[in-house]
Amino acid sequence: MKDIREITCINCPLGCTLTVELEANEVIKVTGFQCPRGEKYARKEVLDPRRSITTILPVRGGDLPMVSVKTDGDIPKTKIKELILALKGIVLEAPIQEGQVVVADVCQTGVNIIATKTIQKQTP
Amino acid sequence: MRKDIVVIGGGPAGLAAAISAYESGSTDVMIIEREQRLGGILNQCIHNGFGLHTFKQELTGPEYSERYLKRLSELPIDIKLDTMVIDVTPQKKVIAINSSDGILEIEAGAVILAMGCRERPRGALNIPGFRPSGIFSAGTAQKFVNIDGYMPGKEIVILGSGDIGLIMARRLTLEGAHVKMVLELLPYSGGLKRNIVQCLNDFAIPLKLSHTVTRIHGKDRVTGVTIAQVDSELKPIRKTEQYVACDTLLLSVGLIPENELSRKAGVAINLKTQGPFVSNTLETSVPGIFACGNVLHVHDLVDYVSEEAEMAGKYAADYVKSNESSATTVKIETQQGVRYSVPSTVNPDLIDKFLVIRFRVTEVFENHIVTVAFDDQVLQQRQKRILTPGEMEQVLLPKAWFLKHPDLKSIQIRIAKEESQ
Repeated sequence: MKDIREITCINCPLGCTLTVELEANEVIKVTGFQCPRGEKYARKEVLDPRRSITTILPVRGGDLPMVSVKTDGDIPKTKIKELILALKGIVLEAPIQEGQVVVADVCQTGVNIIATKTIQKQTP
Repeated sequence: MRKDIVVIGGGPAGLAAAISAYESGSTDVMIIEREQRLGGILNQCIHNGFGLHTFKQELTGPEYSERYLKRLSELPIDIKLDTMVIDVTPQKKVIAINSSDGILEIEAGAVILAMGCRERPRGALNIPGFRPSGIFSAGTAQKFVNIDGYMPGKEIVILGSGDIGLIMARRLTLEGAHVKMVLELLPYSGGLKRNIVQCLNDFAIPLKLSHTVTRIHGKDRVTGVTIAQVDSELKPIRKTEQYVACDTLLLSVGLIPENELSRKAGVAINLKTQGPFVSNTLETSVPGIFACGNVLHVHDLVDYVSEEAEMAGKYAADYVKSNESSATTVKIETQQGVRYSVPSTVNPDLIDKFLVIRFRVTEVFENHIVTVAFDDQVLQQRQKRILTPGEMEQVLLPKAWFLKHPDLKSIQIRIAKEESQ
């Protein structure tokens, strides 16, 4: 049984429309991509969809009340909610450097949460 | 005070322009920023997708701006934060105020306008109803959530499918709100396709095309909205009206370049972009005043803002050295299907390797051809599977073509169904 699926590549703003042909749960053909990342994305998206997550965490004693953070790799789409709930209640301490790991191995995904903004300590 | 170059605005355009002006030989550069931090809107755009073009890497907004801030910190460029420019004259005198210097009067050799854009407000939409709390532009809500950590509401309807609206649909969902739907007046989304996939589809948020809000309910706080489908003339169809309970309405209905200062300086404004007319050196109609980024025309990618701003910085530095305005000899004419182009005039002598013309189309075109002609002689035809007003397009014209056409008067760009001529 051939299964043909159309998906939109989310790797970059071009948003290529990709056509994936599947047979017995295996990708046999991908068309429509304009770069290698598109082909890779299509194969992953139909069998094991993953996403990077960006969000914010509160900071105590910083020049801003919130720091923006992201996962340093992608996580299974099905784990997004679990990850967001796991971050609930976490409060960080200033100062924070961009790139600093603020939560390691979140939800046993092997992925870390890292800061994407530098927060200085607030001088009172 | 005298400065070679004054850059107004410290967002992505201002940062790239200032760095480039310095690196092009202007050592006396000042950036004036009204906020307490440089980086502009990038500070609140915590999502991914910046820098693929410039850094070949997917960065968040703050990370993208940090790259420029790092470079900036290595250069002796004057930075005035918390400082508001209140006037720019055609003679390039910049007047600014802040609480420590009082009034600053700066005689600038060249001025780079990099003030960005602002969101179209509710008042521009004529939606009937009271004025309860709970109505936000999407970018304001983004600032509340991402910078201050406040939630604007719990049950949310978003009007307009621009990128900020789509991004906020996901952000608010991740922060625990219930985003009920995104409504779009037009039959297609104004946002990038990738954002529809990863911000709406991933969270099963419905996108209702050809829909709008016809009434806002609630006196002190929004209690709901009436939505309706619209016909081909974008008029609401009464019998499709439906009540949707919500406590918050976000508006993501377009961006308008912020050109109050440009107008004061006497810069001619293109009514289609709401930004200045510029030459290929990014010089406005006033000699020595340059413009780049979203103040010039609203971009969808910051990477292109940086690229454009670098050019503005370089040409502004050249202007300060030579004190010569870019005498343009070629006009760009936008014809069928092309809403506007940047630049709108060209001095062929000042083209480096290529002339980049950026433009937007008037409507969605499938399987059409982008045609470029020199004095009505077709030189380039590019087949495009899809062209949409939401995505900026560009054509690259090699310098060699201009050398071959020394008497060129005008360049035509149009969208054609089949090969013409």
